[in-house]
Amino acid sequence: MEWNELLLIVFKALLVLSVVMSLAAYAVLAERKVAAWVQGRVGPNRTQIPLLGGIPIIGTFLTRLGVFQPAADGLKFLFKEEPTPGHVNKFYYLLAPMIAFIPAMTTMTVLPFGQYVNEAGEVQPLVLANLDIGILFILAVSSLGVYGIVLGGWASNSKFPFLGGIRASAQMISYELSLGLSLLPVFLWFGGSLNLFNIVQGQTDLLFGFLPQWTILFQPLSALIFLVALFAETNRLPFDMPESETDLVAGYNTEYGAFKFGLYFVGEYTHIIIGSGVFVALFLGGWNLPWVTLPAGLFGTVLSVLIFVIKMLALVFVFMWVRWTLPRFRYDQVMTLGWRWLLPLAVANLVFYAIIIAVIEQF
Amino acid sequence: MATKVLERKPLSLAEQTYLPQILGGMKITLRNMFKPPVTLEYPDERPDIPEGYRGVPTLVKDPNGREKCVSCQLCEFVCPPRAIRITPGEIDAESDTAHVEKAPKEFEINMLRCIYCGFCQEVCPEEAIFLQDIFSLSGYSREELVYQKDKLYELGGTLPDQHYKWDRKREAELAGNPHH
Repeated sequence: MEWNELLLIVFKALLVLSVVMSLAAYAVLAERKVAAWVQGRVGPNRTQIPLLGGIPIIGTFLTRLGVFQPAADGLKFLFKEEPTPGHVNKFYYLLAPMIAFIPAMTTMTVLPFGQYVNEAGEVQPLVLANLDIGILFILAVSSLGVYGIVLGGWASNSKFPFLGGIRASAQMISYELSLGLSLLPVFLWFGGSLNLFNIVQGQTDLLFGFLPQWTILFQPLSALIFLVALFAETNRLPFDMPESETDLVAGYNTEYGAFKFGLYFVGEYTHIIIGSGVFVALFLGGWNLPWVTLPAGLFGTVLSVLIFVIKMLALVFVFMWVRWTLPRFRYDQVMTLGWRWLLPLAVANLVFYAIIIAVIEQF
Repeated sequence: MATKVLERKPLSLAEQTYLPQILGGMKITLRNMFKPPVTLEYPDERPDIPEGYRGVPTLVKDPNGREKCVSCQLCEFVCPPRAIRITPGEIDAESDTAHVEKAPKEFEINMLRCIYCGFCQEVCPEEAIFLQDIFSLSGYSREELVYQKDKLYELGGTLPDQHYKWDRKREAELAGNPHH
């Protein structure tokens, strides 16, 4: 491989990384704003950057919207004093936030977020690594994130983080099963391909000339199970067992502060964003819009990325919307739902679609 | 005591999945998102203080600019936490209001002791002390929060007067009726 080719790949990776990082930062802001709106408040509206905030109308508008808040929060995380409690296991205490952060960031490498047409006239994905086992990679790596939480809870050597860590491991293992099983019918549907790009391309056409061929229309139950399991995997309310502020102070990150807490925080939101991206790619047609054919060339590429990102952000909004609507499940309810409802449902769903697909293939 | 046994209906299948209830809740929160905020951006916006609110006690002047307190010391006497301290003084004989005879030389209210009961306002025969709408006060030291006379007049300002008691006394005196 030539070195300028390598440089291009590094550049692309850095670009995607910075976009996802800033999306995560702004997801935090969006969360606070959505919470405020739901609760009849105003939300962050004070932070100002001297020159930008001083522009007459736009500056005030942006300040009221809290656009500069993530920068202030990020700087705060960077420059705050970083105390390490005396009773922790130093090595694992430092390792845990990284383990929580790195898998969340790694999963985005295989997530296609747009398309382009190459010189040969073939449609190609915009993706950092077009793996054939894309979704397996995502499932495998993102489930590593639980180690960060468990390790953080254990290394903190105090009871609330410990309980949070235990709850997290139990919950994530329970829902991982349903998560994987709910996806199998989707892969069967698209001829056994595990490549996310192929699945998105499979949703391009219209059925009978008018029905968009999005997976969610054909497999609503798979989508539902996947979404619920995704909520549990990303530790979002109503499944935020590991954190449960009301009974565990802050759960696994009670003993963490400053930048280490920031890593957990950004990792969590990256997880949500990537999870939404996977859901959009698998069930909501990726960058396809029904009844619209993407034009070729640069414009089509930009449009495809935009469509994908907008769908993804809409789903992130749904995550927040649900968070500020529902109370938390009790721990035993989480387990009941996971093992006694979702898992059998996911198995039944798989068997049902296996039969259906076999019947369809007969004719 | 009579008890009433409530019949709990078993949940229907739709209810057992939680989904209709979740969607219903989401509808409510969505509607909330488009309502205007109910909060007040406090330091910038101040709440409307209702009439009769008992805020910080202040001394007031009448519309002619005369200080109304005649240092009778009733408020000092009635004050439950003894937050008020008055040193009476005489009004200068050359002054326009010499017939009032007395005015406070010093008037202190210790805001750290004041309990905002409003007895001073109630007891004042001259309508000179009022608990107005100031609800937040702060200072860097204890001494600073013992408000002196000038500070109390500054906070109190001028309130409308219905009687002009001392003006009428003087008019009566000039009309030859010293015992009005």
